[in-house]
Amino acid sequence: MRIGVFVCHCGTNIAGTVDCAAVAAAAQQFPEVVLAVDTPYACSEPGQRAIIEAIEQKGLNGVVVASCTPRMHEATFRRTVERAGLNRYMFEMANIREHVSWVGRDKKLNTFKATDLVRIAVEKLRYNRPLTAKSFAVNKRVLVIGAGVAGIQAALDCADGGLETIVVERTSTVGGKMAKLDKTFPTVDCSVCVLGPKMVDLAQHRKIKLYAMSEIADLSGYVGNFEVSIRRKATYVDWNKCTGCGLCADKCPSRKAPDHFNELVGRTTAISIPFPQAIPKKASIDASSCLHFLKDRCGVCAKVCPVEAIDFEQQDEVVKESVGAVVVATGFDLLDIRRFGQYGGGRFPDVVTSLQYERMLSASGPTGGHLKCPSDGREPKSVVFISCVGSRDRSMDRAICSGFCCMYTAKQAILTKSHVPDCETHVFYMDIRAPGKGYDEFIRRAQEEYRTNYVRGRVSSVYPKNGRLAVRGADTLLGTQTEVMADLVVLAVGAGAAEGSRDLAEKLRISYDAYGFFMESHPKLKPVETNTAGVFLAGACQGPKDIPASVAMGSAAAGKVMALFSKERLESDPQVAQVNAVRCVGCLKCLRTCPFGAIQEVQARDGSTKAQVIESVCQGCGVCTVTCTDRAIELQHFTDNQLLAEVNYLCRSWMEKSPA
Amino acid sequence: MPVMELSASQDRAFFEAVCAKSGQDLLRCYQCGNCTAGCPMQPYYDLAAHQVMRLVQTGQRKAALTCSSLWLCAGCGQCSARCPNQLDVALILETLRHMARRAGYNPQPRVAQFSRAFLKSVHSHGRVFELGLLLRYKLASGRLLDDADLAPRLLKVGKLHLTPTSTPGQAEVAAIFRRYEQGAGS
Repeated sequence: MRIGVFVCHCGTNIAGTVDCAAVAAAAQQFPEVVLAVDTPYACSEPGQRAIIEAIEQKGLNGVVVASCTPRMHEATFRRTVERAGLNRYMFEMANIREHVSWVGRDKKLNTFKATDLVRIAVEKLRYNRPLTAKSFAVNKRVLVIGAGVAGIQAALDCADGGLETIVVERTSTVGGKMAKLDKTFPTVDCSVCVLGPKMVDLAQHRKIKLYAMSEIADLSGYVGNFEVSIRRKATYVDWNKCTGCGLCADKCPSRKAPDHFNELVGRTTAISIPFPQAIPKKASIDASSCLHFLKDRCGVCAKVCPVEAIDFEQQDEVVKESVGAVVVATGFDLLDIRRFGQYGGGRFPDVVTSLQYERMLSASGPTGGHLKCPSDGREPKSVVFISCVGSRDRSMDRAICSGFCCMYTAKQAILTKSHVPDCETHVFYMDIRAPGKGYDEFIRRAQEEYRTNYVRGRVSSVYPKNGRLAVRGADTLLGTQTEVMADLVVLAVGAGAAEGSRDLAEKLRISYDAYGFFMESHPKLKPVETNTAGVFLAGACQGPKDIPASVAMGSAAAGKVMALFSKERLESDPQVAQVNAVRCVGCLKCLRTCPFGAIQEVQARDGSTKAQVIESVCQGCGVCTVTCTDRAIELQHFTDNQLLAEVNYLCRSWMEKSPA
Repeated sequence: MPVMELSASQDRAFFEAVCAKSGQDLLRCYQCGNCTAGCPMQPYYDLAAHQVMRLVQTGQRKAALTCSSLWLCAGCGQCSARCPNQLDVALILETLRHMARRAGYNPQPRVAQFSRAFLKSVHSHGRVFELGLLLRYKLASGRLLDDADLAPRLLKVGKLHLTPTSTPGQAEVAAIFRRYEQGAGS
């Protein structure tokens, strides 16, 4: 083999604490190395040209670049060697920046370690073999999970781009959290008025198939060829017949069902349509409140329904769809208000969450848009808003800022004044976070034009006093304790991951953070991708986000899907596991440990059981290779021989020499 | 108020010492004021609890150690329970109190006089002898008639004994004091 070694200075990033010329000189003596040089910037155009020229002039058939992390430039250099006619896998990278120069100060020791890293790259390269990618066809249909504003946007953009789009929504209507809001900041325009047209477009788009009251049961397959099982939950109403006339809800005698759309403010009927603009506008029965299911009588809805749509015998049903990409847009949920006992959450009826308050302000809400205290129905004359409830609070393991609470709190203070002009409004805050367009001006309006009293400090407790609520906090700017009397206390409860998000992440094989929010592939450069190819993120499922950011991310995810589908065939990564059938004894431990379902059982011609890798599903994680007791399964490009060559050198050299 | 000359007055060693002695990372404090919000002694403080935290953060040794609040803290721990950053604020105040005593700052002499009278009584009897404590404190502070109106009620319910009562652990308590005097503390 004829190997060339290129040691990059990366300006002073590496050369500052590593003697690159010495590393190159040492590499010159390594086995099968015919050329070793140092270069100021290997990734620059002249740097790459030098590599190509060396390959051509010296007849190299393997290249090592010692520079930064492979996550940064491995793809760059693979293309470089390819341009010179080599197979891209005849290239190895030694990371002497993140692993050496950035973490050590001693130049002598750094040079020693960098030399070792170059040596093990050379040792591995000697066992490298050319690998070739395979290609497979792409199913150009997309699945969007969640039909809040982010999911709606992603679905509409995909469908407008000509893609067949499947939308799965867990509740009985699309619209998500945005449909529950009364108004939106900073324009104070009616939320459902701006969202409504998009909801209608979603329902009527001929490229979109909507599954409401449905959940993802299972997802298998891989980018370009996913198989998804969708569980359609029983609604006990035949939606093909239901016209959404609402007669059933009018006549339903069970009027104490929990009203989830209204955030449990007020009650609804056991058979109901969540709100007037619901899409699809279909009735569904809450079996836990329905007299037919509880006591086996009633059936009034079935009698009054003019189209005979009621079907008490309906069962959950699983349907299958095939798609090539998935957009996850499952949003967020507020933390449970009962966790905030010091504020009377869940104990005092007049302490509500911001989303409950939103429903109390809404004209389609349970109070018809008239502001009333839940305890006795009186009109509040003083409303206190508490910010950062469950946000930026390490004592609750919630160090994160939810990001949008400052803005909606200001909006709610403004709306309070327009509902009850003589109502006092107070906001307890720690810091105001309003970096969006027109956002800080909006906060100023709440204070200057709408006379909201902003108090800088946290609240320690809310307690009943003379039939009202006393809110005891601090005014840190004055250095005092502050107490305000309130008729209604609104908690700006922090945003958490949506219920069930961890389970969904397991099904989709994507990662989530400590709070249950889904992980993007790179925080800056791959914000909508996940580490599972073909699965993209949109909206607050990735972290709390306001409406403009969610919409933008929905469009971004759609853009990613369309870029993916712009190719007829996709290339698979050849760095996958491969079974040596002669060694395989068919124990199938690999099948059970594979986190991606990439291994299948096959019968050999002699009838024996063997494991087989589905190359397009395998992600190259290597779990199977360490599981296999017979060394029958190996990861291409990380074979036993390649790894042992590295280890052998390291162990041998360690015994022969040691750093001065 | 004069300008706080931060570059001249910031005592980083003091800040580090408070963190080290209390075992609390005061850089976590973001001045939300929840310690102040729940403090039952706040009406009597000269500086609110969060302001004391800020003085430590900015290395203002003298201002932090001379404030009265350190001596008026009841040690109830409400501040520590409420702190969103899990700082033991009451422990930080106690740390400062010890540092203040060693530095000779005593802005609330009666608190120290009471504490000394209390310890003396425990030293002598193994437990507190209320009447002795009372007399010792009143003589030291000169506040002879403070709370005198409570005496008849306390006598009536048997809370004020005229002679010290013995306690089984007297010898062990005396040993604690002996160990302290032999240099276990300073």
